[in-house]
Amino acid sequence: MKKTILSGNEAIARGAHEAGVRVASAYPGTPSTEILENIVQYREIDASWAPNEKVALEVAIGASFGGARAMATMKHVGLNVAADPLFTLSYIGVRGGLVLVVADDPEMHSSQDEQDSRNYAKFAKVPMLEPADSEEARLFTRIGYEISEQFDTPVLLRSNTRLSHGKSIVNLEDPVTGLPEPKLVRDPGKLVMLPSNARVRHPIVEKRILDLEEWSCDQPFNRVEEGDVKIGIITSGIAYQYAREVFPEASVLKLGMVYPLPKRMIREFAASVDKVYVVEELDPFIEEAVRAMGIEVTGKDVLPVCGELTPERVDRAVNGTSAVTAYTVNEKLPGRPPMMCPGCGHRGIFHVLKQLGAFVTGDIGCYTLAALPPLSAMDSCVCMGAGISNATGVAKVLPESERQKVVGVMGDSTFLHTGINSLMDLVYNKSTATVVILDNAATGMTGRQDNPSTGYTLKGDAAPVVDLENLCRALGVKHVRTIDPNDIELTRATMQEMMAIPEPSVVIARRVCMLERHGNAERTAPLVVLEDKCVGCRACQKICCPAISWREGAGEKGKGQAVVDALLCTGCKVCEQVCKFDAFGVIDGE
Amino acid sequence: MANNVKSILLAGVGGQGTLLASEVLAEVLMLAGFDVKKSEIHGMSQRGGSVTSHVRWGEKVFSPLIPEGTADILFGFEILETYRYLPMLRQGGAIVANDLKIAPGPVASGTESYPEDIPAKLRQQVDDVLLVDGMDKARQAGNYRTVNTVLLGALSKRMDISEDLWITALKKLVPEKFLQENLRAFELGRQA
Repeated sequence: MKKTILSGNEAIARGAHEAGVRVASAYPGTPSTEILENIVQYREIDASWAPNEKVALEVAIGASFGGARAMATMKHVGLNVAADPLFTLSYIGVRGGLVLVVADDPEMHSSQDEQDSRNYAKFAKVPMLEPADSEEARLFTRIGYEISEQFDTPVLLRSNTRLSHGKSIVNLEDPVTGLPEPKLVRDPGKLVMLPSNARVRHPIVEKRILDLEEWSCDQPFNRVEEGDVKIGIITSGIAYQYAREVFPEASVLKLGMVYPLPKRMIREFAASVDKVYVVEELDPFIEEAVRAMGIEVTGKDVLPVCGELTPERVDRAVNGTSAVTAYTVNEKLPGRPPMMCPGCGHRGIFHVLKQLGAFVTGDIGCYTLAALPPLSAMDSCVCMGAGISNATGVAKVLPESERQKVVGVMGDSTFLHTGINSLMDLVYNKSTATVVILDNAATGMTGRQDNPSTGYTLKGDAAPVVDLENLCRALGVKHVRTIDPNDIELTRATMQEMMAIPEPSVVIARRVCMLERHGNAERTAPLVVLEDKCVGCRACQKICCPAISWREGAGEKGKGQAVVDALLCTGCKVCEQVCKFDAFGVIDGE
Repeated sequence: MANNVKSILLAGVGGQGTLLASEVLAEVLMLAGFDVKKSEIHGMSQRGGSVTSHVRWGEKVFSPLIPEGTADILFGFEILETYRYLPMLRQGGAIVANDLKIAPGPVASGTESYPEDIPAKLRQQVDDVLLVDGMDKARQAGNYRTVNTVLLGALSKRMDISEDLWITALKKLVPEKFLQENLRAFELGRQA
């Protein structure tokens, strides 16, 4: 067996390859994104970006109907979008095995909430595996396909940020062989979920969960690690690692399958130890089930429900001790929040929207950073696609004088994810809100992935490009305008005009992401600050560009002056346009 | 806490190449025969934000996260970020850091100020502090983007692992066309 070091996401991709997966589909979402980016290296797998998670799961379901092993991957909030097909798929079951990978983000490192996806397993009545390191991520992915086909069920595989973006050692195995070739098989009683068919399927689903519960008691992925019987810890996933770190001597019941739970095994384990703890991240999911079995446990009465676990959080909660660190920092340090990149096309438009006093219903993407100071130019952000429909709703209730301030903003990828329906509603129901689509030809925040408006597929092949202007017109928008958001005057004039029109209007702010993968981002000579002209007014500091910093005390009056880092500057000239003193220039000859 | 597990906390700024450095470090430790885990955050933090990577190794590693106050080495790519994570270091631990200031957004825009004389504050508390002018050595190596490899070179002198394994790992993880300048950067770092 070959040993290597892989991230959880790389290991899941490897597991899919070893399991003979033929189709994989996903929408990017931190921390799940790199699964598909790694799966694409296995040429036998048809890997693709879908416009949203529901589509991704439905593509995988179709592949399963055709008899192939299939995978869909997403972040926790993506499963909300894909929940509709998941619940019915639970009734249908599979032909080729199907594993849905869902990556949670406890601590919300890069998410708007920290929902616990284990609840979906119980809600949709499908089994869920939870690996604790990269080796298990690989192995459980393989096992997931066996369970899926043996029990005729989709299987959920739960990852999280620490697993997906952590690396540990993996033993590689050869791919399985001898899987049946895909072919058409008609089976309407199973695949067509009419009420009459679904009524037949539901009892099968209930029996399936009971069968899995009993079967899982004897599977190696659920195991007891015998130790001191004074403390018995029931745990799973990454929480297992923290439990073992803090309590190296304790007895541990390590669960590889978190739904359904192996009740017989839990009962035997609880009876063998003096005191039972449940160590789990986020909700008391295992704890409530164990309590319902009549077993006394300590869990969320001491452990936090909010945020991720860490070794010290577990230690503090269970032992009541707080480690004293040897070294301390006894002053308040400046924070280092993330910022839009130098040359980012989002900077100019939000600068203008703030100047115009717009009420911006925003959305999920790099541009959500515009909510932070000093731009402070976003007033709401709910979920993918909400920027436009929130604008419709706000505009409905406002007096006419305020209505024209409402602007719904989202990126190209978010618009194609779930914004199209929102725009359809805005037009259909005669809202007057203005919509801005920030078209940077990338799904930026997750790592500039491609999408149907970028012209490339996940594999890097050329692809048709969605014509955003004509798509908006087809939805009934009469006023569609395309601008370069780095042209501040044009952006301001266009926004003023569009916001004043008492009809639906769309402004497409088009500027390629500076990190775009295909070399289409535009860079020109860096700017310099002309020291004889900069008066230290700090206007350029309000656009929050990482390439511009401040020299305290510089300048004639000692008010300080701006300085441009030539290595970072992309020459976008937004700073030059916000400067009233013509203090930015380009060095001659560059 | 777990026996004989050692750890390094990398701290830096998004875009500085901390990710590649932690990859090389983890690879070296695996080649040296250890169980290795590393953990870091991608996504939001990449856009010029504060970035950390936890690397732990030993016979058997459980937690991928370093428990507070137990890191053997604090490996900093920027001086404020090094200072920020000082409480992660264990008593008697070492600091290997890049002597470089990068102003965070709130400092650049003048709402907060960059702390004064951080090197002195580090040395006041910690005996073993090695500060490296990574940018200068990277330029000597032929490319200012090799700062991360310079720092790895400096770090490698504090670790009991043969130089060959570091070279093997660099050869595996650095793209061919940048390899020579990175090997030079590594050597310059070892001399720091």
